[in-house]
Amino acid sequence: MARITASVYTSHVPAIGVAIDQGRTAEPYWRPLFQGYEPSRAWMRDNRPDVVFLVYNDHANAFSLDLIPTFAIGCADSFLPADEGWGPRPVPLVQGHPELAAHIAHSVIQDDFDLTIANRMEVDHGLTVPLSLLFGQPRAWPCAVIPFAVNVVQYPVPSGRRCLALGRAIRKAVESFDAGLNVQVWGTGGMSHQLQGARAGLINRDFDNGFLDRLIADPEDLAQMPHIDYVREAGSEGIELVMWLIARGAMAAMPPKLIHRFYHVPASNTAVGHLILENP
Amino acid sequence: MALDKPYTDIPGTTVFDAEQSRLGYHLNQFCMSLMRAENRARFKADERAYLDQWPMTAAQRQAVLDRDLNRCIALGGNIYFLAKIGATDGRSFQQMAGSMTGMSEEEYRAMMLAGGRSVEGNRVLGEDGDAQPHHQPQGRR
Repeated sequence: MARITASVYTSHVPAIGVAIDQGRTAEPYWRPLFQGYEPSRAWMRDNRPDVVFLVYNDHANAFSLDLIPTFAIGCADSFLPADEGWGPRPVPLVQGHPELAAHIAHSVIQDDFDLTIANRMEVDHGLTVPLSLLFGQPRAWPCAVIPFAVNVVQYPVPSGRRCLALGRAIRKAVESFDAGLNVQVWGTGGMSHQLQGARAGLINRDFDNGFLDRLIADPEDLAQMPHIDYVREAGSEGIELVMWLIARGAMAAMPPKLIHRFYHVPASNTAVGHLILENP
Repeated sequence: MALDKPYTDIPGTTVFDAEQSRLGYHLNQFCMSLMRAENRARFKADERAYLDQWPMTAAQRQAVLDRDLNRCIALGGNIYFLAKIGATDGRSFQQMAGSMTGMSEEEYRAMMLAGGRSVEGNRVLGEDGDAQPHHQPQGRR
């Protein structure tokens, strides 16, 4: 059967993708950030998954205001990188895993989570920047990817509690899939940042590091945190952090093994956080 | 009974909720059209004519022409949609975000390099942080 071996958490700042695509990762501004991902790249070479279930949010690229799905699962064979207004990122086509995606959709919907099925969808920096951070610049991505888009653009977004429970339903779904696949679940977005208004540029190190502590040690308690705390403390776009609870909920019930933890300010407007947790 | 909106007392912050989304529908959909290279070219060739094709309010059209992102957001715009205008102009997210504070590009970049804006004094309207209304616009003028 398929099993979830690890979860990976990372910010997905678009400027990180630009720095990679333009070969600027060794510049003084960017070097400390990319150094923080070197242990992760090494770990990934030894722990390559067959499938990444990648939780992210679309930033007005695949979904306009015509349709705003709260949870959308990508069931296509492949997903094109979107032109977000600057031209598409020069990254490989994202290969899906339609069999596992359809299986998860079936199981999770039966568990009362009303997913939207996306059979054609472009993917933006929210999905491709994490792939670049963990896999670098290969000719083809080394594994299949199931995109899982969460609405965190239009309020209200799903609650932390709902996200944690959804993660558990995803775990149950993966573990009931017959093929012997190594699956990782990634939670992306955050950490503290605000991109609008007079409060743009907000960063909250204490909040962010407390979030990382609680995500590792007590996700059940963290999942009770109301939206207003994210927005007030971590900025209007810091609300993306609820998505990390989906990946955390997909982990086994016993305490995970912490493989890597990294935090850096700034990447453009944003605090960057990163964790790798392995199932025991 | 009124909806619970506990987020209206945060300084310098507009939460993009269903009400804002309704106000800004056509403004944001105009922004989406700029994802196509040929539309970006048409917009740049004659901004006003391009905007006139969209059933936006006069105030929304003017805010776009002025590149006044704070005004766009007050009129229902969302930053991820408005970013398409910035992309069309060749501006980065950091330049766009900074433009909403009143700081120069250099001042905003320096603030981020120094660790970003502090949340202290900026959690609730009526405190004394740099994002409060009585401290706008920010930056040296």
